[in-house]
Amino acid sequence: MEYVIAFVVGGLICVVGQLLLDVGKFTPAHVMSTLVVVGVILDFFGVYDPFIDFAGAGATVPIVSFGHSLYHGAMQEASQDGLIGVITGIFEVTSAGISAAIVFGFFASLVFRPKG
Amino acid sequence: MATKTKKGIQFPLSKAEYKEQASKYRPKRNVLQNTFRAFWVGGTICLLGQIITNIYINFFGFSEQDAGNPTVATLILISVILTGLGVYDNIGQYAGAGSAVPVTGFANSIASAAIEHRSEGYVLGVGGNMFKLAGSVIVFGTVAAFVFGALRTILNMLWAG
Amino acid sequence: MSTSVATRNRLSRQTWQFTEDVRIQATATVVGPKEGEGPLGALFDRVYDDMYAGQDSWEKAERILMEDAVNIALEKARLKPDDIDQILAGDLLNQNITANFTAENLSIPLMGMYGACSTSMLTLSNAAALVNAGYANYIIAACSSHNATAERQYRYPTEYGGQKPPNAQWTVTGAGAAVVGIGGDGPRLTHATIGKVMDLGIKDPFDMGAAMAPAAVSTLMTHFEDTGLRPQDYDLIVTGDLASIGYAIAKDLLQKEGYDMDKVYNDCGLMVYHPDQEVFAGASGCASSATVTYSYIVDQLSKGLLKKVLVCATGALLSPVSYQQGDSIPCIAHAVAFEGGK
Repeated sequence: MEYVIAFVVGGLICVVGQLLLDVGKFTPAHVMSTLVVVGVILDFFGVYDPFIDFAGAGATVPIVSFGHSLYHGAMQEASQDGLIGVITGIFEVTSAGISAAIVFGFFASLVFRPKG
Repeated sequence: MATKTKKGIQFPLSKAEYKEQASKYRPKRNVLQNTFRAFWVGGTICLLGQIITNIYINFFGFSEQDAGNPTVATLILISVILTGLGVYDNIGQYAGAGSAVPVTGFANSIASAAIEHRSEGYVLGVGGNMFKLAGSVIVFGTVAAFVFGALRTILNMLWAG
Repeated sequence: MSTSVATRNRLSRQTWQFTEDVRIQATATVVGPKEGEGPLGALFDRVYDDMYAGQDSWEKAERILMEDAVNIALEKARLKPDDIDQILAGDLLNQNITANFTAENLSIPLMGMYGACSTSMLTLSNAAALVNAGYANYIIAACSSHNATAERQYRYPTEYGGQKPPNAQWTVTGAGAAVVGIGGDGPRLTHATIGKVMDLGIKDPFDMGAAMAPAAVSTLMTHFEDTGLRPQDYDLIVTGDLASIGYAIAKDLLQKEGYDMDKVYNDCGLMVYHPDQEVFAGASGCASSATVTYSYIVDQLSKGLLKKVLVCATGALLSPVSYQQGDSIPCIAHAVAFEGGK
């Protein structure tokens, strides 16, 4: 069942992205930026964690969860250090995604060349 | 008939008239088909994410919480390899947001820029251009997290105070 | 005296008449793999089956395409680089680098020209004018475009998984070159019409055809009015790269203005690829008009299968900065009239 939910929920989030592209005439960069900000806002209202409990990878794989992680990291530190923690904590949770993308991306540039 | 004046031919339509005329020729995007493709490809990537998560939990003893990071890293690795092999752009043309919205799309935007700009050198090319596309996601996510994080922190302080 | 030359050669502010026997001495076209698989594949002088053309970057590959095209054209004309007075060349890349490096390698004096995808006829019209006026014996007109260099300059990295809408166009990987001189038995160049920049407010860079159609219409109407010729006086009229959408718009507009385009009008953007080659609305790029004109059209003119042809190359003069700053797309079209050889 959790596989079905991950598939359906993840698919539906992508549908929202597709509608922003096709109907909203957004560029891909605008879609991604919008979804990340939405993730932050959802987490601000405390909805994203229950959503992850429900949908699993359907909620963590889409880029929306990147916004949730950024906000989460900020709040984690803020609970200890107050306002300063908001700054120092932002990348606390997301570091895996960003550093993996940088490291793998860099190694890819050593190995591959564009195919066109 | 257009009139010929000293200035030459006058274009028969105004900007507003032309815009309206031209829009009639524009092919409609097949929203239904695009949406369906985005749904099943995006759903499949998330399903794959769920499978990977469960592998990390069941075979490597990760907790449900801790399995998130290696899952993301694995998906990113797969996406970067597919980008390097010249496959991800074709998936993207088919799936649209279905392959752009998952974290694999984020990785594709970073890897494609890195690979593309290698011809300009590792520092200025790869290093300088890697976040050409992904940069806006990080910037807006970070700024939003700061604004809402600060807001929440201040609200909490007031609440406690 | 000067006024008499002007009255013979200058039909209007925009249209020139070539009064000398200005002719194409030879042409050559070099393309990439996808173009080689297209309907004109057999007519191109060289087809690279590798987008890199053996080079280590897309940009260098594009230079090879242009250099090859020039060298093959010289060979066909039995001329050496030293026989050529100037090369008029351009491409789509920032600072016209393909033309600059190619001219450096060939060591032919260069006049770099930028007209986006209209560069083919911009260079050819100027080559004809300079030869007609006696400033040069032989001039080469050349231009190039490359799918990957254009993608990465105007849009995204080539491996980026963005989805293109159906009105997008596919930049042709290729180059064309023509040697222009007096006499011989190649196709004669009779007129050229220089276009005005037209901007009808289209902003979407994926909507090139619709953006460029007014420029083509304006230049074609001007050409017909200035020369007194009608569309049916030509066996073939082609626009450069309006593709399916722009082509339909331009045709209907001209038709509505009383120009009968029936049966004579086509678009190079619809001639380079088969409909099933997944190129969205059609081809674009400097090489769209250049490779079609300098292969198929010149071929047909030389064989006498076409007698009079008008090529109206269209260009979108935008830059990534201009459209990101919200400007609409300024466009231009230049036309050159050809007459069958002999």
